Amino acid sequence: MAVVFDRPHALVDIPMHYCPGCTHGIAHRLVAEALDELDIEGRTVGVSSVGCSYNNYFYFNCDMIQAAHGRAPAVATGVKRSLPDNIVFTYQGDGDLAAIGTAEIVHAAARGENITVIFINNTIYGMTSGQMAPTTLLNQVTTTTPYGRDAKEHGNPIRVCEMLSTLKGPAYIERASLHDIKNIKKAKEAVKKAFKVQMAGKGFSLVELLSTCPTNWGLDPLESLDRVKNEMMEYYPLGVFAGKDLEV
Amino acid sequence: MGERLLMKGNEVIAEAAIRAGCRHYFGYPITPQTEIAHYMAKKMPKVGGVFLQAESEVSAINMVYGAASTGKRVMTSSSSPGISLKQEGISYASGAQLPAVIVNIMRGGPGLGGIQPSQSDYFQATKGGGHGDYHLIVLAPSSVQELYELTVDAFNLADQYRMVAMILGDGVLGQMMEVVNFRDEEPIVKADKSWAASGHGMKREHNTVTSIHLDPAVLEQWNIALQDKYKTISEKEQRFELYKCDDAEIIIVAYGSVARIAKNVVQVAREEGIKVGLLRPITLWPFPTKAFEQVIDKPNAFLTVEMSSGQMLEDVMLAVKGRKPVHFTGRMGGMIPKVDDIMAKIREIRAD
Ligand SMILES: Cc1ncc(C[n+]2csc(CCOP(=O)(O)OP(=O)(O)O)c2C)c(N)n1
Ligand code: SF4
Ligand SMILES: [Mg+2]
Repeated sequence: MAVVFDRPHALVDIPMHYCPGCTHGIAHRLVAEALDELDIEGRTVGVSSVGCSYNNYFYFNCDMIQAAHGRAPAVATGVKRSLPDNIVFTYQGDGDLAAIGTAEIVHAAARGENITVIFINNTIYGMTSGQMAPTTLLNQVTTTTPYGRDAKEHGNPIRVCEMLSTLKGPAYIERASLHDIKNIKKAKEAVKKAFKVQMAGKGFSLVELLSTCPTNWGLDPLESLDRVKNEMMEYYPLGVFAGKDLEV
Repeated sequence: MGERLLMKGNEVIAEAAIRAGCRHYFGYPITPQTEIAHYMAKKMPKVGGVFLQAESEVSAINMVYGAASTGKRVMTSSSSPGISLKQEGISYASGAQLPAVIVNIMRGGPGLGGIQPSQSDYFQATKGGGHGDYHLIVLAPSSVQELYELTVDAFNLADQYRMVAMILGDGVLGQMMEVVNFRDEEPIVKADKSWAASGHGMKREHNTVTSIHLDPAVLEQWNIALQDKYKTISEKEQRFELYKCDDAEIIIVAYGSVARIAKNVVQVAREEGIKVGLLRPITLWPFPTKAFEQVIDKPNAFLTVEMSSGQMLEDVMLAVKGRKPVHFTGRMGGMIPKVDDIMAKIREIRAD
């Protein structure tokens, strides 16, 4: 019988620790499929960050490095400058990338560092039990905004793709969503394109993936997918923010 | 015979690194060590290497972490406030057992402090500095020639033991010009790098470089392995110089540029008929306790001299173990102890 659906080789065959309904697992699969389809697993070095995905070095079959909170783009820079012919990616949450690691991501992007960033925006700090992230939406209740995020008190949520696309460094920036099959397919193309941009030596690529955190949102998995569609996409519109016309 | 050149301390560190096979340097400007970056910026592109000015010391050390993870020889340099910023990355690199060389050309602190020479980061360098139970190999050169030799050694030791090695100098050494005798070829230790994350080429299991082990039993074992390594290093790698200690009634303990002043004191004192010697630690970690065991019987007292409030003093007292009195004199904030100050202290000790 022909196998029509299988685990990507770049994904290790062990159970993941993510909560039911969490989209981290889907994001991992998309990255692994890209590594398989582009046949780059053997020359890829991934950089894990600090957040719920801190130990995805157990899940990806390529060589992996675990970085300090927010520092993955600097670590990836060190790797890429040492192994310019290898493929280097970071996998970072929104707390990791847009709060503690703001300097690192902005400067890696500004340098046009030839790396790929997979950015998981779930509008919350998942791992540390649901605190406000820089991406937390206005009025969103978190453990550190128990009365809802208030622009006056906490500022407005940061739109990373829009912010980074003001720079000249990034070759390709796209925001996609993981809330339904159609969008997952688009997200897959975006992730794959980001790696292809790197393979072509075009420079910095980043894909933001709108993701769920049912556990800390206090919603069930289906409600969580609805929240992505109905609430997150309004403030975080999908689309290509840099490299619209880039062919790779 | 190798080249013989008149060079500035900071430039010699950079040149030594390149000769030791370092092709990756990441840094952020800060006085009094910036010449290292200038030299690297000029030279690295010529030898096919990488010089990158990072956006901060935090980023620079994490670039080092990345490059070291691939198995490449890598260096960063800074001065006190910048080294404080690097502590996070140094702790992670120590936890992940990554070889790297870090240079601290110390200036006066705390805080932004000043830009004049100091030795007030001794605790930070030798007792950990960042979080967790770890050590760095800390080398303290005292001349420009030694800056060269110890920088090469630092790369070898880092690779051999898979850990961070630090060159702990001060502004005097960094800025000083002296003649250096370069070797034709460096004694480069080839270490096993099969652990590196450099792409497995579909030929082996995937490698992981990490410092996190959430299972406390696993983390304890990891720590025990680190401590075992540190014990081996303490036994095998202590380095020191003994200068006229055989007949000394007072032994000065000093490192780095202060040891040079102390050598002058030994001369001056002996001209006055006072038998003074010098014990100069070259490794600050591991601290050369063996040197103290060699000389402990002879002197009436030890005198520690530092450009700090007396940080190495604690290690000297631990090494002497109450067997002889240990005195201290020092200056802080970028002030340098003078021969006369130290002589005054010696006369005071003798009068007691
Ligand atoms: C220096 C440092 N500060 C704080 C933490 C604690 N911490 C761990 S994960 C995390 C937030 C991660 O959130 P995010 O990046 O959004 O990832 P998610 O878990 O949502 O995927 C924090 C604050 C840490 N590990 N290190
Ligand atoms: S806490 Fe949230 S982000 Fe973390 S695994 Fe659970 S659902 Fe996913
Ligand atoms: Mg998050």
